[in-house]
Amino acid sequence: MKILILGAGQVGSSAAYHLSREESNEVTVVDRRADVLRELQDRLDIRTVVGHAAYPDVLERAGADDADIVVALTDTDETNMVACQVAYTVFHTPTKIARIRAAEYMNDRSLFTQDAIPIDVRISPEQLVCEFVEQLILYPGALQVLDFANGRVRLVGARADERGSLVGQRIAALKEHIPNTEGRIAAIYRDGKSLQPDGDTIIEENDEVFFIAARQDVRVFMSEMRKLEDPVRRVVIAGGGNIGVRLALALEQTNQVKIIERDPERARIISEQLNKAIVLIGDGADEELLLEENIDNVDVFCALTNAEEANILSAMLAKKLGAHKVMSLINRPSYADLVESGSIDIAISPQQVTIGSLLAHVRRGDVVRVHSLRRGAAEAIEAVAHGGERESSVVGRKIEDLELPRGTNIVTIVRGEEVIMAHHNTVIEPDDHVILFMTDRRKIEQIENLFQVDVSFV
Amino acid sequence: MNWSVALRILGLLLMIFSITMLPPVAVGLFYGDQAWFPFLQSFAMILTAGPIAWFPVRNKQKDLRLRDGFLVVASFWTVLGTAGALPLFLVDQPSMSFTDAVFESMSGLTTTGATVLAGLDMLPKSILFYRQQLQWFGGMGIIVLAVAVLPMLGVGGMQLYRAETPGPVKDTKLTPRITETAKALWYVYLAFTILCGLAYLLAGMEPFDAICHAFSTVAIGGFSTHDLSIGFFASPAIDIVAIVFMILAGVNFSLHFFAWQNVSVRHYRHDPEFRAYAFVLLMVSAIVIISLALKDTYTDWNATLINGLFQSVSIATTTGFTTANYAAWPGALPVLLIFASFIGGCAGSTAGGIKVIRWLLIAKQGAREIVRLVHPNAEIPVKLGKSAVPARIVDAVWGFFSVYVVVFGLMLLVMMSTGLDQVTAFSAVAATLNNLGPGLGDVAAGFMNVSDTAKWVSVAGMLLGRLEIFTLLVLVTPTFWRH
Repeated sequence: MKILILGAGQVGSSAAYHLSREESNEVTVVDRRADVLRELQDRLDIRTVVGHAAYPDVLERAGADDADIVVALTDTDETNMVACQVAYTVFHTPTKIARIRAAEYMNDRSLFTQDAIPIDVRISPEQLVCEFVEQLILYPGALQVLDFANGRVRLVGARADERGSLVGQRIAALKEHIPNTEGRIAAIYRDGKSLQPDGDTIIEENDEVFFIAARQDVRVFMSEMRKLEDPVRRVVIAGGGNIGVRLALALEQTNQVKIIERDPERARIISEQLNKAIVLIGDGADEELLLEENIDNVDVFCALTNAEEANILSAMLAKKLGAHKVMSLINRPSYADLVESGSIDIAISPQQVTIGSLLAHVRRGDVVRVHSLRRGAAEAIEAVAHGGERESSVVGRKIEDLELPRGTNIVTIVRGEEVIMAHHNTVIEPDDHVILFMTDRRKIEQIENLFQVDVSFV
Repeated sequence: MNWSVALRILGLLLMIFSITMLPPVAVGLFYGDQAWFPFLQSFAMILTAGPIAWFPVRNKQKDLRLRDGFLVVASFWTVLGTAGALPLFLVDQPSMSFTDAVFESMSGLTTTGATVLAGLDMLPKSILFYRQQLQWFGGMGIIVLAVAVLPMLGVGGMQLYRAETPGPVKDTKLTPRITETAKALWYVYLAFTILCGLAYLLAGMEPFDAICHAFSTVAIGGFSTHDLSIGFFASPAIDIVAIVFMILAGVNFSLHFFAWQNVSVRHYRHDPEFRAYAFVLLMVSAIVIISLALKDTYTDWNATLINGLFQSVSIATTTGFTTANYAAWPGALPVLLIFASFIGGCAGSTAGGIKVIRWLLIAKQGAREIVRLVHPNAEIPVKLGKSAVPARIVDAVWGFFSVYVVVFGLMLLVMMSTGLDQVTAFSAVAATLNNLGPGLGDVAAGFMNVSDTAKWVSVAGMLLGRLEIFTLLVLVTPTFWRH
């Protein structure tokens, strides 16, 4: 596929990285900063074009004429929108994806139609990050919570500790522990390396376990991995930016929320937006302020400012002062690896969250959802099996008969409202949503091909 | 330093290169000459050497860094020059010393075209074919070919490509994928070779000669299957075919690609480097033809025209074919032609020399200094076409130029210390460093009469010229090896 990425910021570069790793993609990146592009081209097998991303002549030089997808990820919403408009009007690009930050644009549905601003998919990183954090607060103890099949099934990552009832036992014992629920352990990471779990695998303390279960069963499952934590009540958010405010708005009805903002002007504005949450003026790394606000009783402390170093430090400080769980917004993967599961409980990477939802739209075959796990090392995919037995290479076949690449397994199948845990003899039916887990994401092309319907099927 | 990765790729490349020993075997068997066996021996030896390098490190699948790219390319060309010498060294007739064999093979691969062999017309066909084939692979670059056919190089392909392709600007790709870019270049190259071969055939060459000369023309090599070079055929039609294809091969291949892709010649007209290249060729040819006419070197007006044009194009593009003994031409003409070879062809072509674009940038900078004298406060960017050239590239051009001059001076001194006279030494260095081929004085016909030391200096010069000095030079700097 010919892919045009506009904007070589963090999400743009990381999208270019992921997409150019797949052999069939031809990626071109456009940005105004020549030095950033040069550095990017040194690392990746892509073409780069220097120029303003929305100008028709720049897009033409970047090969918009025969591009299949335009992904607009520049810093400004307006540039992204105009770029998509140009791609649509001048170059007739079939698929246009744009990042739109401002919630104000997103509220109006009629804006993004073919005769107004033709953007097929709008991605709002702030909304995605906000939902991500919300899930983590909903399931205390989880490292990552991902939705599949419109939320009917969830994939949850959790760190096993000694108080989980399955820890130290074989996976097969799961059936006896919780006989009436269906769930599946998809992957286990021990010391950063992935294990291929089977019935005889013994879960050890500190393993990172990814399991998949129907929404209502997630908590039961969680208790198998670690001591169930009390539901979160008190939340402190450091940073009153867009993400912080969105999160506060989402949580303020059910939780006690305090939000710390440094700028008095900004604090006044957000205090007008929020109804129940308390806005505090001050620094998230101010020890006095944190103690004053009873940080030692806080269930979750989220550092969500724009400065990642400040986030890390204030989260570490909150942890030291007694906050039960601290999360921090961290962009750089290397920083995240450095602090996660050590001084900070959960590192939230807006990049990863955005990439996951972005990649799902750049897939062939009917792939509806792609989630990156462990910062891109693994991937969970939801694909739809279309067609009949003749056109599709998956429909009507048993799972054991499918030619899956190594390190890939089918975990769950969602058939209508029903959630079916996959067994080796489960037969895939038309329109099943198949959820796969793969530890080597470079094999994704094979999965795409597997789920692609023969051309004769229309 | 990533030795294992470099070694792994080197092994793979050697295995690929071994295949190039097979066509000469076929040629030898077809014509029934006795020289095919050494090629089979070399094939076996190189084919086993490849896995020896590759096998112990076959699982080291790391990405190639920029530094490793230099190492792989430089060592591959060095190894290749030696490996390519194997069949020449092993063959009985002509019997060649190791030095001669390496010289001949390196001269082929770097598309220089200087030879130590006399009596080419008597040599076995397989040897003749092999020399031409070496030039053909070296022309577009055997590494570019490897990048095109080895998909697993990935990003590493870009590093290798950059270390091998000539020119100051190496980041422009024709397509987003480096493999596709390399393939596109080779397709254009292949198309030109086929066209050139057909044109030679139509102009009256034997099929064998047509193929062989197509190889060395499009590669801007200069090897011939006859001692008299293209002059052997004494046919104006063949001369014209050669002139046309030498000119085409000296143009940036990206331009050919765009022309082919968009079916238009618009790109040529708008490319500043192409215009400068055409201008240089035109000027040199005009001066040569007029001087020849004024001095009455040839009695026939047609001979003056065709010989003047042929030699000018052949030397200025650094091909090195000859139809006349230009070293004996009157006045400043021989030296003028040698000077023209310093300009060479366009960046991204198969030609040698410093490249037109660098001269263009240097000239524009000179012009800028003059304007600055008149308008001391003016802000004057160096522009190519309509866009300004980044200061970094302009700096790099000066860096290249100064290193070229220094390397030239050093080589000249060494050459003279081996006992060559000044004209011979000067032209020998120019002929090798610019990948030209024939020089003046004692090396006008070939390098058979110079000492072994001079030959080895020439080998180094050819390699430096082909890899544009820096790729090789960077390996001898302490910075490169510091971790």
